[in-house]
Amino acid sequence: MISIQKASKWYGDFQVLNECSTSVSTGEVVVVCGPSGSGKSTLIKCVNGLESIDQGEIIVDGDIVDAKKTNLNTLRSKIGMVFQSFELFPHMSAIDNVILGQVKVLKRTEEEAQIRAIELMNQVGLFEHSSKFPAQLSGGQQQRVAIARALAMDPIALLFDEPTSALDPEMINDVLDVMVDLAQEGMTMMVVTHEMGFAQKVAHRVVFMDEGRIVEDAPTDQFFNAPGSDRARLFLSKILTH
Amino acid sequence: MGEFDYSVIFDNIPFLIDGLKVTFLLTILAVIGGMILGTLLALIRIAQIPVLSWIAAAYVNFFRSLPLILVIFWLYFLVPLFLGRPVGSFYSVLIAFVLFEAAYYSEIIRAGISSVRSGQIAAGRAIGLTYPQTMRHIVLPQAFRSMLPVLLTQAIVLFQDTSLVYVVGLKDFLVSAELIANRDQRLVEMFVFVAIVYFIFCFAGSLYARHLQRKLAT
Ligand SMILES: Nc1ncnc2c1ncn2[C@@H]1O[C@H](COP(=O)(O)OP(=O)(O)OP(=O)(O)O)[C@@H](O)[C@H]1O
Ligand SMILES: [Mg+2]
Repeated sequence: MISIQKASKWYGDFQVLNECSTSVSTGEVVVVCGPSGSGKSTLIKCVNGLESIDQGEIIVDGDIVDAKKTNLNTLRSKIGMVFQSFELFPHMSAIDNVILGQVKVLKRTEEEAQIRAIELMNQVGLFEHSSKFPAQLSGGQQQRVAIARALAMDPIALLFDEPTSALDPEMINDVLDVMVDLAQEGMTMMVVTHEMGFAQKVAHRVVFMDEGRIVEDAPTDQFFNAPGSDRARLFLSKILTH
Repeated sequence: MGEFDYSVIFDNIPFLIDGLKVTFLLTILAVIGGMILGTLLALIRIAQIPVLSWIAAAYVNFFRSLPLILVIFWLYFLVPLFLGRPVGSFYSVLIAFVLFEAAYYSEIIRAGISSVRSGQIAAGRAIGLTYPQTMRHIVLPQAFRSMLPVLLTQAIVLFQDTSLVYVVGLKDFLVSAELIANRDQRLVEMFVFVAIVYFIFCFAGSLYARHLQRKLAT
């Protein structure tokens, strides 16, 4: 589904990604973790072409992301993305956020889009908040609308960039519950997060990054029980003692 | 000159209102035209399209370094020459205002666009919207909302500036009032009245702009 092969990227002289290779197959949930600044956000932004790589290759659903002939708009519409800071469109109601892409990108009729949006607002438990604007919703609610917005495109995979790290603790679980449900329904997911409970519960693999490299890429059990690198061990000891 | 005689105002209300209509029509059309052209210029500059961006930047800087009255004059002579037929002072003046205001509006709108968080563009692109669609549905609505007070303030300045059309003899509010003032020898009454009318509209407008500003800040 997603295959990243020796991806490298520079910002000027600074190398953010250093020959990163990993893959996510259909139905798989991969958690990406690592210290701040290690390149996690950059890596998943490269998967849907929000950022470009300078070397290597990323293949999504058979298309090379950075190839000229690839239609990035089409590719992005198939890959949902959820951001740390939600990024709902503040000038639209919650449900209109979920409708917009369906109408403008998938060319569904307003009615079809509305029906699907209502389904999704129910799925994330926010149907009664449909007509509210983002500013009237809590962070956790906004993030769940953002997940509904991504799901509205019927994506073949979802990317998450620290979806809960901007949230108050009491709201984190509402969002994680939605994500766990998705994972258990077989959604293909690549999730940057430091929620190790989530990782242990649903992740098939954990990718650990440090200084632009993928230092560790292991099945979840192995990653937590017997991390192969000192870096990962140190990171885990810090994060799990909190 | 004797006592103040305000009957000169009431006797000529219809004529004055016709003048005021010209002033308002000119302001409104120039705001609309200036904003459309200004948005276009802003988008071209932000998209950094080679050559076109450079031309847009040159346009903006050119018009921002000219006095408005000069632009009005030039267009009055140039537009008929360019079109090969007379167009009447209203249209030549309108074109002058649109071209001139577009330069200022483009800078306001450019600032408005850059005030929209970059994450919003990423979010739009992430659901598969094209760049133009992202601009149209995500960025511009937010940019205009945040720029509303400044856009309105610019419109008030424009409303005042329309009085410059006297140089080409277009009968706007000020020129109409002046005609009557001279004819009836009632200069003081007439110009006091004109000042009050301009003040009321501009003051009300700027109060509203401040209200919008405060509403946006919360
Ligand atoms: N547009 C940019 N220009 C220059 N440097 C950048 C840019 N974006 C990110 N960086 C740098 O690249 C490095 C990796 O950034 P990235 O956001 O991918 O890290 P991250 O692992 O997601 O960190 P965090 O946990 O803080 O979100 C950081 O050092 C950051 O400062
Ligand atoms: Mg990040």
